[in-house]
Amino acid sequence: MKKIMNSEGANGLLLVSPTLLYAFLLLAVPIAAVVTFSFWTQNYLDLDTTFTLDNYRAATEEPIYRILLFRSLNISAIVTFVTVILAFPIAYYISFFVPQNKKARWIFLITVPFWTSYLLRIFLWKVILGYNGVLNSGLKGLGLIEQPLTFILYNMNAVVITLAHAWAPFAILPIYVVLEKIDRSLLVASYDLGESRIITFLRVTLPLAFPGIVAAAVIVFIPTIGDYVTPKLVGGPSGLMISNMIQLQFLKANNAPLGATLAILAMISVVLTLAILWLFGKFFGWINRNYLGILR
Amino acid sequence: MKSGKLLTSFVWLYLIFLYLPVILLPLFAFNTGKIIAFPLKGFGFQWFYELAKIEALHTAVFTSLKIAIITSILATTLGMFASRAATRFSFPGKGPIMGLIMVPLVLPEIIVAVSLIVVLIKVLGLGLSIWTIILGHVLICVPFSIAILNGAFRSLDKSLEEASIDLGETKWSTFRLITLPLVMPGIISSLLISFVISLDEFIIAFFLTGSEPTLSVYIWGMLRFPARIPAVMALGTIMLVVSLLLLTASEYFRRRGLKRTGVQDTGGFV
Repeated sequence: MKKIMNSEGANGLLLVSPTLLYAFLLLAVPIAAVVTFSFWTQNYLDLDTTFTLDNYRAATEEPIYRILLFRSLNISAIVTFVTVILAFPIAYYISFFVPQNKKARWIFLITVPFWTSYLLRIFLWKVILGYNGVLNSGLKGLGLIEQPLTFILYNMNAVVITLAHAWAPFAILPIYVVLEKIDRSLLVASYDLGESRIITFLRVTLPLAFPGIVAAAVIVFIPTIGDYVTPKLVGGPSGLMISNMIQLQFLKANNAPLGATLAILAMISVVLTLAILWLFGKFFGWINRNYLGILR
Repeated sequence: MKSGKLLTSFVWLYLIFLYLPVILLPLFAFNTGKIIAFPLKGFGFQWFYELAKIEALHTAVFTSLKIAIITSILATTLGMFASRAATRFSFPGKGPIMGLIMVPLVLPEIIVAVSLIVVLIKVLGLGLSIWTIILGHVLICVPFSIAILNGAFRSLDKSLEEASIDLGETKWSTFRLITLPLVMPGIISSLLISFVISLDEFIIAFFLTGSEPTLSVYIWGMLRFPARIPAVMALGTIMLVVSLLLLTASEYFRRRGLKRTGVQDTGGFV
């Protein structure tokens, strides 16, 4: 028996090894290199390989980096919130209201817009939100506004709207998957026991869908912090994010070590934020179990 | 039911939000006006004709096609190894190993781009070429490939392979004659999805592009010139149609694969 287990493990490892090797050489090693780089400095064209924390000092002390980092976190958090809140009803609708044989078609319908060129999709949001854009001329045509709205382009709002659009399917799909797994008889049982639809939703559906909501939030939150194109195209000066600065350091300022430091700080702050949220969730769960009992 | 109606109207509003850019793209592509704004001037194909005249664009298309084809083959091959291992065997360290392979799915692309620049250019001192882009694209396509292939391999009935072994076929011929044909739709689906992802990818290409810009890097350059924008819209329309055809094909193969193995459709990947 032990021998079989061993050979199965060995077979599996052997089979996965090419892909693992690839991920190791082109992901794990490069990221380790980025970490190493962040402790070095660039001296014009030469790389100074003495260990130093100068980059971290610069990145945390100079206001521009701090502002960009906090703004990126802030934008990512808002985008995540907006995207997930908007995505949930859609996933709920597809899972609970669409007939079984039409579900695949609906999922396809949701994902189609995301196969338009990524760059052009963002550029088109610029066209939609602009001063003489589609939205403003449309609202003016309808007589709803006199002057074009200016708070929707070249600022954070534009970045949030565009990113909420760009990441929609990544939020809808994980939530849809968990909703599909919910045993419908649990809901029937709740109705039979006299609970209303709202209470059933709050106490049965929502808690069971929670893992999907968390997955959706994580899937949206982590990548959006590194978005480069959206802030560059629709963000204006007040909507620029940390990746614009990382790009600048790597490709224009020729200061790869500082760029590496900023990239690492961005990732660390994402992970820290998620860890804090996770702890907060645990804490809320504990309070709820012991004192409130709303979601029990 | 009142709350149901509310939900339905929300869904329709949301669909408008989702489709707004997609609808505008062809609208401006067929519009004869020189600026991207309403009211539209008239209907015509002039921007498509103009595309045919831009030499540099054709080079960029070929560069991107080369990258996308090589990427999809490499990513699907690597995806098959990992997916087969993950669905058939349990092995030590499976969680962390698969975790590492799947990480690019959530990692910001700029991190992948930056880390590849550091290693390939600054440490190894390699020059930028289409291969540096391919290396990055394979990395981000493998997780998608695995997600698709996992469905195909998981729905595969193990007893079919065991029967084949019992009937005297070797491991390799069983794989070739039984496993491969059954997962083939998944493989085609994975090739197509990787192709589309690579074709559309911008950040990695932007950081790692050498003297040959990819299509997305070329479009990025064009976006700065207002006179070029209508032609870009025409180009985007063509790309959208091509992507949709490929995805429909991919979805068709995925479903045929599920039918072949006799599993009920659960919505799938795309």
